[in-house]
Amino acid sequence: MTDKGIGARTLRKEDRRFITGKGRYVDDIRMQGQAYAVFVRSPHAHARIGAIGKDAVLGMPGVLGVFTGADVQADGLGSNVCGWNVVSKDGSGMNMAPYPLLCTDKARYVGDRVAMVVAETLDQARDAADALEVDYEPLPAVVDVAKAQDGPVIHDGIAGNLIYDWELGDKAATEAAFQKAAHVTRIELVNNRLAPNALEPRAALGHFDPGTEQHTLYVTSQNPHVHRLVMSAFIGIAPEHKLRVVAPDVGGGFGSKIFIYGEECLVLWASRKLDGVPVKWTADRTEAFLSDAHGRDHVSKAELAIDADGDFLALRVNTKANLGAYMSTFSSCVPTYLYATLLAGQYKTPAIYADVQAYYTNTSPVDAYRGAGRPEASFLIETIVGQAARELGRDPAELRRQNFIPKDAFPYQTPVALTYDTGDYAATLDRALDLSDYKGFEARKRESASRGKLRGIGLSCYIEACGIAPSAVVGSLGAGVGLWESGKVRFSHTGKVQVLTGTHSHGQGHETSFSQLIASKLGVPFEDVEVIHGDTEKTPVGMGTYGSRSLAVGGEAIARSCDKIVAKGRKIAAHLLEAAEADIEFKDGQFTVKGTDRAKSIGEVAFAAYVPHNYPEGVEPGLEEGAFFDPPNFTYPAGTYVCELEVDPDTGTTEILRFVAVDDFGNVVNPMIVEGQVHGGLMQGIGQALLEGAVYDQSGQLVSATYMDYAMPRAWDVPFFEVETGQGTPAQANSLGVKGCGEAGAIGAPAAVINALTDAIGVRVEMPATPEKVWHAIQATRHAQAAE
Amino acid sequence: MTHVSLKVNGREVSRDVEPRTLLVELLRRDLNLTGTHVGCDTSQCGCCVVHVDGVGTKSCTMLAVQADGKAITTIEGLAAVAEADGRAEDGLHPVQAAFRQHHGLQCGFCTPGMIMSAADLLSRNADPTEHEVREWLEGNLCRCTGYHNIVKAIMAAGATMRGAATPRAAE
Amino acid sequence: MYAFDYAKPASLDEAARLLADDPEAKALAGGQTYIPTLKQRLAQPTRLVDLAGIPDLATIKEEGDGLAVGAMTTHKAVAASPVVQRAFPELAYLASLIGDPAVRAMGTIGGSVANNDPAADYPVVVLTLDATVRTTKGEHRGSDFFPGMFETALEPDELIREFHIPVPEAAAWEKFRNPASRYALVSVLLVRTKDGEIRCGVGGAGPTCFRATAIEDALRSSFAPEALDGVTIDAGDLNEDIHATAAYRAHLIPVLAKRCVRRMLRR
Repeated sequence: MTDKGIGARTLRKEDRRFITGKGRYVDDIRMQGQAYAVFVRSPHAHARIGAIGKDAVLGMPGVLGVFTGADVQADGLGSNVCGWNVVSKDGSGMNMAPYPLLCTDKARYVGDRVAMVVAETLDQARDAADALEVDYEPLPAVVDVAKAQDGPVIHDGIAGNLIYDWELGDKAATEAAFQKAAHVTRIELVNNRLAPNALEPRAALGHFDPGTEQHTLYVTSQNPHVHRLVMSAFIGIAPEHKLRVVAPDVGGGFGSKIFIYGEECLVLWASRKLDGVPVKWTADRTEAFLSDAHGRDHVSKAELAIDADGDFLALRVNTKANLGAYMSTFSSCVPTYLYATLLAGQYKTPAIYADVQAYYTNTSPVDAYRGAGRPEASFLIETIVGQAARELGRDPAELRRQNFIPKDAFPYQTPVALTYDTGDYAATLDRALDLSDYKGFEARKRESASRGKLRGIGLSCYIEACGIAPSAVVGSLGAGVGLWESGKVRFSHTGKVQVLTGTHSHGQGHETSFSQLIASKLGVPFEDVEVIHGDTEKTPVGMGTYGSRSLAVGGEAIARSCDKIVAKGRKIAAHLLEAAEADIEFKDGQFTVKGTDRAKSIGEVAFAAYVPHNYPEGVEPGLEEGAFFDPPNFTYPAGTYVCELEVDPDTGTTEILRFVAVDDFGNVVNPMIVEGQVHGGLMQGIGQALLEGAVYDQSGQLVSATYMDYAMPRAWDVPFFEVETGQGTPAQANSLGVKGCGEAGAIGAPAAVINALTDAIGVRVEMPATPEKVWHAIQATRHAQAAE
Repeated sequence: MTHVSLKVNGREVSRDVEPRTLLVELLRRDLNLTGTHVGCDTSQCGCCVVHVDGVGTKSCTMLAVQADGKAITTIEGLAAVAEADGRAEDGLHPVQAAFRQHHGLQCGFCTPGMIMSAADLLSRNADPTEHEVREWLEGNLCRCTGYHNIVKAIMAAGATMRGAATPRAAE
Repeated sequence: MYAFDYAKPASLDEAARLLADDPEAKALAGGQTYIPTLKQRLAQPTRLVDLAGIPDLATIKEEGDGLAVGAMTTHKAVAASPVVQRAFPELAYLASLIGDPAVRAMGTIGGSVANNDPAADYPVVVLTLDATVRTTKGEHRGSDFFPGMFETALEPDELIREFHIPVPEAAAWEKFRNPASRYALVSVLLVRTKDGEIRCGVGGAGPTCFRATAIEDALRSSFAPEALDGVTIDAGDLNEDIHATAAYRAHLIPVLAKRCVRRMLRR
């Protein structure tokens, strides 16, 4: 019964519908009489909006409505919000400007929503949107975070476009440690802006039922309850009990579908304005590039103080973060609490100080993208440590090992707020060095050199905090919501099980992993479990899926629900078996009287609970239990990645030859799914390192707005990965001992690639390290060497 | 409006369409075959790949009128093709079965196009090298899997289709 | 897409007449470039004249010292053609690297040449080998068929019937792909013609394909990779975009040409 349970490489139950074309994504849903929305977007990065020629368009064939910011305002709808208040050094709150659903006075980035056209067919809506005349008065724009302070004011009253100026750590202790340093390694780096690129573009279908006044929104969301909360409490689309949000099959998220965007609010609002005509919008890819929240976009300076023995004394970091034209849902916490709190990495560096300035620019909003803050932290630490090793002439693996938090030091309080629960960093390092034949590298390098190629090897010993929660901690840091999770386990008369979860699966395989959990915890056949998620009308209130939290937080809520089921079942079984409750044992789906073979299966107990003809006094009928779990701490996945690559000095082309990933995810429910998560994360990390960049020109046009110009990783950009997840130290924050695995690859990979590349060519190249940049770097190095 | 007659998954279909209707729009909107997806505007992601007269084709880069008189197979009809060849297993085409067996999908959005592309490759070369598989996927993007298990699945499906006991060294 | 009418004529002459009658009408070959253009509303034709219904435009045969390739021959057909593989294998190789398998199944040589995208591959062949472009109005020489970016010697109502591509004595094709689009960032076709002439065609780098005469001159005196050491290409006229500067494109041309030389010497 448990051969498919926890720890098994159980094949996914959701796959059959996807491989046969029977998945049901938002754009696949068609309601009777549905109309289509098309958004008119600003072609200017910054412009004052004048007259909008609505009337001319309203008469066009099929047009049902044309809506502008004035209409939204007239209807009293509120502004979109960022739900995490980051407080500046001086104690002031962040400068959050209004984030209107449709522009009112100004457009602030290319792609900003200026108007919405609704028509009977998609082509009619496009034709009408094309014909809509808008008067723009273009204004100067700023796109680079480094120039934001001196750029034109984007939001009235926010001088220097500064959102906050925040700090973490002990500045004085850090300064003092630098005074004692024998060596200081300094680095300036860019964490390149990325477009998330879930393959399914965002989509929404809104329907207002005039009879019941119920609002239903089908939307590409990672967290339907968060959508419902923000749309009702802040934007005022509908009261929360009259609003149902459904996120059916969702084609990837990577963070970009956490956030509440104007489009999805507006289609629902438009359905009400149009007396219940369902209104659908589906982004095309260019709209996705323009309007999905981007990720990363940091410029940082960092210094690492090291003593004469090679021990790290202190780390000092300044980061400027680009948050784009408006503050998206969780944008503020990404370059602060999800970033600077991770700057200790795997090291016992005693003093750390970071300060972060976040700015508005005339670009798409920037928010969480796979890893969210932690990739930026990990990249910075692992790059500066790599550089320190080069400067000191130390083996990069040994310098790291020397500075690791030792495995007997847990729980370990870092100087940047977090308490790591468990870990064994030397174990993952050793295993990765073994797997990658680190010792044999020099011979391979010589072989490459004999072919005129430059070979490099690079390490990245990353750490992340995930299982995003705990509520009290995040609340004290400014979060506007709690980050617990809900679960519910419901038996039926016939012993089948429905699992309801507030998390949402958009590729992670929850239907399988959670069924495995039930199979192991309750001894119910894997096939008899149905996992239900993604519908606010079906599932208890939950906070959704991001931050590698679904299993560590949501899974634990389900596990605790199972414990309650067993506790109640024990009472029922004791009655049925005429034994004392204390004598009932539960194992593999059987309630057994201790020391006898008298037993009742959990199915029989469930039947008795629903047909309580012979039933214990004082026990409620039914077998359905729920739990809300708010963990005491984050979880801390960590590991070592080793990248080996070869550079063609003639062209600067980089070829990844091997990529070894050894991760400590604690206990693992489904190794097959976990490895798959790592593969995908690695590819995104490698993409960031070598290929991807969301690039604005100085006028604010997004020049990488299609796949012709945004370099997506393809199958031939990588070899097979070598992934191992078997060396775990179980997490302490949940009974399952699981840590979360969704983001690790994207967090750890960029530094491994860049360190390998630096090893190959002798100089660090900013990401994405395109062939041209690499070639120029090689040329510059050669010129410098020739001049010596 | 222009009249088009074509065969879709073995069924004769006739419709009057605007000339600007894409094949993928005909499939998704008019025939409710929503397994074929659209992930980009520039013919690069491959989520929309179907077979036109047996050849992998991007249905977002073909007008419905261009498909007049042709036979289209979509992801919904692929298993039936294998059934007809006697190669289906558990009601699935070997490529579909291999994607499941080797965890070659996560969110499932690129999957139909991936499977249709892979089936196209294996119909002409059932023993591709890893390099050939990766080259073939030039026009199919996936954001979830890092392609690792997709490549494994395609090579394993090739082994099944040519009756080999074990797939060519996939790792 | 904007709305348009559709016609599927049965002969090339009828197609040419439809185009002559309506200057805003456009010919549709494989559509692999033009349909994405239409989808992005970057073009607004009144009518598409689909050439797919015209018989005998997708043929490949040997003719004299070269290959006669019909305008509607797909990249896939060229890549797979036993005739091409035997007579001019590098052309089959070149075709096998265009776009992706699905694009190759629809895209045609005629469409590619008539569009003359600076990053397209077939124009380099037509230019370098001075292929004959046979049209509804007569013939053009490949050497003066590509006046500029997205421009050709064709008149608006003139359609390509077929190409006569002289088969070289030896040839090598190198394409350095744009990391995003995977079109050519720079491509080089190096050939030795049956007359022993060395020609080097370059794609992707400039507004339109061109001959790299500095490389030809250097290789004429010594057909060896080292002959290209020190050969530089003027970056002044080359393309520059987010993927590559003109200087980098200029650098890549002799690098790719060297690879071509090595491959030709190895055979």
